[in-house]
Amino acid sequence: MAAHGITEKNEERAVQSREETRSSEKYIKPAVNIIETEEGLTLTADLPGAIKDALDVNVEKGILTISAPVNHNMPGRPDYTEFELASYYRQFSIPESLDHEKAKAEFTNGILTLRVPKAEVAKPRKIEVKVG
Amino acid sequence: MASWDVFRELDNLRREIDEAFRGAGLNRPFGTAVLSPATARRFPLVNFSEDEGHIYVEALVPGVDPKEIDLSVLRNTVTISGERKPFVEQQGQIVHRSELGSGKFSRTLELPADIDPNNISAECRDGIMTVTMAKAEHAKPKKIDIRPA
Repeated sequence: MAAHGITEKNEERAVQSREETRSSEKYIKPAVNIIETEEGLTLTADLPGAIKDALDVNVEKGILTISAPVNHNMPGRPDYTEFELASYYRQFSIPESLDHEKAKAEFTNGILTLRVPKAEVAKPRKIEVKVG
Repeated sequence: MASWDVFRELDNLRREIDEAFRGAGLNRPFGTAVLSPATARRFPLVNFSEDEGHIYVEALVPGVDPKEIDLSVLRNTVTISGERKPFVEQQGQIVHRSELGSGKFSRTLELPADIDPNNISAECRDGIMTVTMAKAEHAKPKKIDIRPA
């Protein structure tokens, strides 16, 4: 599982534009981990510099959207630049069998953790079969 | 003063080349073998900027506990090291996407000017660490008044 080193290059990290024809707004597609367990789905995303209060995570018609504006002002005049920050934006389609009402999101140290439990009906259930 | 500075561009090019060779193979033909556990790719990514009295370094360290970051300064180099904790694995988990890395890191950066080692502050907010360093007295630009004779 630990195939990714910390220094793994995220090719999609670079700033790109959402839709070339319509919007000139630049955004970054954040890297994510999506882990499913019996309890539900956990999504972890790197969003350094995102504004916590303006973080927008929502599910609509089976599409999960994460978007966050970024507050980034570097003092002084730049000497050397390796990264550029822009708003974060990424969408996923997620199954309807999740209980979106009970989803919990947390944002600490620039990482967003979203936990969405599975709906009761969708949980695996053990059925004992009596052998008569 | 946002003019294109050929010397700064050259300096940046030199930095890029240094970085490229830092992780060149495990036998590292160009570096000594006893240096810090250098990683093949750089982490964290950094930006430098400066004004008259300060140098600012910004590092992208999402998911790293600020208490776990080790920052040290030696002459005009600054070393950022620490560990990004691996994510907890659970029994029977199914991994749909795994794009985030984790592990130990250490990166040494050369600063563009001499600094005063007693006057450094660092803060970490939402995964971005900002280090503010005061320039050494001799590295600050001096203003000289010219009196009309």
